[in-house]
Amino acid sequence: MKNIHKRFGGVVALRGVDFEVGDNEVIGLIGDNGAGKSTLQKILSGLYPPTEGEIIIKGNKINSREYSVRKAHELGIETVFQEKALGQKQALWRNIFLGRQPTTKLGYLDVEQAKSETTRIMKQFLGFTGAGISPDSTVSTLSGGERQGIAIGRAMYFEADLVILDEPTNALSVKEIGKVLDFIQEVKRQGKSVVYISHTIAHIYEVSDRFVILDKGEVVDRREKGELTEQELIDELTHHAKKSEQAQKEGN
Amino acid sequence: MENLLERAKTYNTQLGLTFIAMLILILFMITAPGTFLRGRIYISFLSTTPFIGIAGLGLTLVLVSGEIDLSFTSVMAFAGYVFAVTMGFTGSIILGILAGMAAGAVVGMLNGMLVTLIGIPSIVVTLGMQFLIRGATNIIAAGKATTLTQIAGTPIYNILVSEIGGVMPAQAIWFLVLAVLIWSLLFRHKFGDHILFSGDNPETARMMGISVTKTKILVFMLFGVLAAFAGILDSFRLRTWWPTMGQGYLMTTMAAVFVGGTSMFGGEGTVYGTFLGAFLIGSLEAGIVAAGLSGFWTRFIYGILILIAVTVHTVLRRT
Repeated sequence: MKNIHKRFGGVVALRGVDFEVGDNEVIGLIGDNGAGKSTLQKILSGLYPPTEGEIIIKGNKINSREYSVRKAHELGIETVFQEKALGQKQALWRNIFLGRQPTTKLGYLDVEQAKSETTRIMKQFLGFTGAGISPDSTVSTLSGGERQGIAIGRAMYFEADLVILDEPTNALSVKEIGKVLDFIQEVKRQGKSVVYISHTIAHIYEVSDRFVILDKGEVVDRREKGELTEQELIDELTHHAKKSEQAQKEGN
Repeated sequence: MENLLERAKTYNTQLGLTFIAMLILILFMITAPGTFLRGRIYISFLSTTPFIGIAGLGLTLVLVSGEIDLSFTSVMAFAGYVFAVTMGFTGSIILGILAGMAAGAVVGMLNGMLVTLIGIPSIVVTLGMQFLIRGATNIIAAGKATTLTQIAGTPIYNILVSEIGGVMPAQAIWFLVLAVLIWSLLFRHKFGDHILFSGDNPETARMMGISVTKTKILVFMLFGVLAAFAGILDSFRLRTWWPTMGQGYLMTTMAAVFVGGTSMFGGEGTVYGTFLGAFLIGSLEAGIVAAGLSGFWTRFIYGILILIAVTVHTVLRRT
């Protein structure tokens, strides 16, 4: 993504952001609240078009007016949203395949295929053996970690080249957080890339290869993992936050 | 056995409603055997209930999508008028039917666009549209009924509303066929998934690339077509169009849908529930009067039934 600007009316969310994801790497995208991380993630996911700037995927320039969630999926970009993007009242199999349902004639669902694939995903990403939960179970019956597992399972099922994870460890137990971090490392072992967005520096530091720090809609720093320790990364983030606060006070 | 119990849990709403419907039927048979142990009353229900039922199917879709549409009773009248006028002008019954259903689709499209593109709550849009369409129809028709005796005995008349085998009203078959089609659309077609998720969590739907705007507009249009069809069928049944057509169907149709178990909150609904709910509501007044109670009891019992049914459905959903 080159020179990305995003405005919402009079509010500037991103200013001239350059953001690159290479093959087989995990990038930690960090910044304070309001830094622009979610906006950048949503542009990359196809949810929002940029106001200005270029999106280039696998060497091809994408028309930002035509770039959408569906297009992102076609290009191998999957997102695990902070909000999980799951319908609480709907069955697991409907959630997994929403927008990409296996169909037979005239758009009718291949329910058998959808359910059998859902069972496979449940076993692979949730370790379900079938006791008490089935593809027909609704999302509302799952715990926070299980819902995260379903959201991640959905992203992996469609064989993404790039997985974007927005705050994936929020509200999870210690064991579940461990599973998510293991998953990120597994994705990398499979030769794919990850953009990992989080406020939890310890988690980001553990799995990322490099870090991009955003502040007030701009990239303020880029670091390779080997260049600094976890504490130094926290200090870097704090330094930029304080600098920003100071600049705002002076402005006022 | 475990499989059976699982299925029973999944379909507890529908099973519960079936049980209640059977109880009420048995109660009517006991309190009014002279009426409810004879076939004629059931033929009468099959003749009159489908109009509430067909409208109820459309209302179910709209509620599942997270919206509501109160304009359908006026659409029934408007579409019936367009049918009558087009048929009178062209001499073609088929053209009349197509024009009537197109009129329903246009009203639905307007409802959908005002709700999704302008952002006005659907209850307000469709309430206004109810008055607007009814008023416009009365103005254009100058409040006068139109006789349609020329349609009697035509092939299309026989297909739509005649008594098949001298017994089964054709409109009941149409209701059943439409119920099966709407069920398959909502629960077995990808567009049905779009409707379910638009009502359950529109943000989720958008994040997965679904156009919630397009989905809701199409749902309103589909309801417009179904309401139009119900109005045209009613015109066929009585071989006349009248300006107050559809009035009185609003509350009974909503009662049928809510008693049937469709949620007010979007994202879930039951076509089977609406189908059975239509017959339950459609038969209540006859049952009450046949049991020896005055007609004044009807609204009271509707109210009790709606409150009990909605309470039970809500509690079952939570568990």
